[in-house]
Amino acid sequence: MNSRISDKQFKRVSRRELLKMTPVLALGAFAIPTLQKPLLKAGLGFSDWASARMFRTGHLAPTFADAELTPFDKFPINGYDVADPGVDFDRWNLTVTGDVQKPGDYTLAQIRTLPTFNENTRHVCVEGWDVIGNFGGVHLSDFLKMIGADTKARFVYVECADDYYETLDMATALHPQTMLCFEMYGQPLTRKHGAPLRLTIPTKVGYKQAKYLTDLKVTNVVQRVGYWEDQGYSYFYGL
Amino acid sequence: MSTQAIAIENAKTGEVSEAVYEHPFIVRLCHWVNAVALFVMIGSGLQIFRAFPSFGAKIPQKDLFNWPESFAIGGWLGGALQWHLTFMWIYIATGLVYIGYEIFSGNYKQVLFVRRDLPGVWPMARYYFFFGPKPPVREAYNPLQKHAYTSAIGLGVLSVATGFAVWKPVQFSWLAWTMGGFHWARLWHFLIMWAILAFVFVHLVMVVLHGWNNFVSMLTGWKKDPDLSK
Repeated sequence: MNSRISDKQFKRVSRRELLKMTPVLALGAFAIPTLQKPLLKAGLGFSDWASARMFRTGHLAPTFADAELTPFDKFPINGYDVADPGVDFDRWNLTVTGDVQKPGDYTLAQIRTLPTFNENTRHVCVEGWDVIGNFGGVHLSDFLKMIGADTKARFVYVECADDYYETLDMATALHPQTMLCFEMYGQPLTRKHGAPLRLTIPTKVGYKQAKYLTDLKVTNVVQRVGYWEDQGYSYFYGL
Repeated sequence: MSTQAIAIENAKTGEVSEAVYEHPFIVRLCHWVNAVALFVMIGSGLQIFRAFPSFGAKIPQKDLFNWPESFAIGGWLGGALQWHLTFMWIYIATGLVYIGYEIFSGNYKQVLFVRRDLPGVWPMARYYFFFGPKPPVREAYNPLQKHAYTSAIGLGVLSVATGFAVWKPVQFSWLAWTMGGFHWARLWHFLIMWAILAFVFVHLVMVVLHGWNNFVSMLTGWKKDPDLSK
């Protein structure tokens, strides 16, 4: 036995040690309704900040053999309001604005003059399912070069025929696998998969990969982030 | 034994009882912060699972089971992800502080299951399942306890590793690869949660069985009338 104390002293010691546990109660702030929202927003913001730091510009997403492809008819179609916004392909073009040298309307034929590439990559949905698909198109980075984009700007913001909208960080926009996609499984993109032009980004979760593109803006400021982000989803969500 | 022991004398009766300092401050702090974080991680994780309660294909989707929303945190997928992506940092931080403290203080000797503990496992199991005498108690934790705690810490590490493979299957593609890719990593992450829940269940049963003084020791550090001499 090291030492001997009275029961009163022991109670005092115990109480002091118990009080040292009070910092744990700080977590109770998450249970207070007015504090909960800003705290979780800060937490999500921190995760996005950390995600942007974890993103490696030269690191490629895994690609897969043709045998591993999910059959085309088993590739899910996720629309958020309409299955097909009824785009008129003959009159379609991509309207480019913002910090670019050559703003204006770009036809699909103009976009198709860029070098094309084709990849089997994994599509991961925020819900948890994943499929491996074949996508063909052009590098978004090449298109940004074509329009003379200021790649020091922070964002590439897109709007869609179904009123969907999304914001990409410039690092992801310039990633070699980030695609302006107009083909799936060797065929022209179908209406349900976002024809005539969609984003395919193997380094991002599904909802970042907007379909039915109509507008593209290179900018440092966005009025709104994305359809799902503005309801509380993560902005960066890099895989 | 590194554990500090004292004698407590009742001022009125002169009776002397004993107490040992079993849980250092950092361990207690990490324990309770981690308990809250784990609660939130599992609750929000189950809500995330509700968004796609399957480990098969999306088309056709075969649900494993429908986890009730009232036993989940976040209300919807986006809300649950906010909780999950916020508390994961707290969960990781307490884990790192705890493991760091255990290593540098030497306190790990109290918890870490080592080869020397192996012979004590069977007698202790026999005692727990009512067909053997109580083995002599020599340390703060018996061999089975050490095994449980060491496993729980291992599961904690695995929960973070599988979590990162699910969250960042591209940046940590090598990590996801060791688990069989994103799809399997998601299943591992889910299974490890159940393993942790199994530990928590047994842990809580043992806390109830071992009574008030044992419970208080995780709050104050001091355990009254320890069972060391018996």
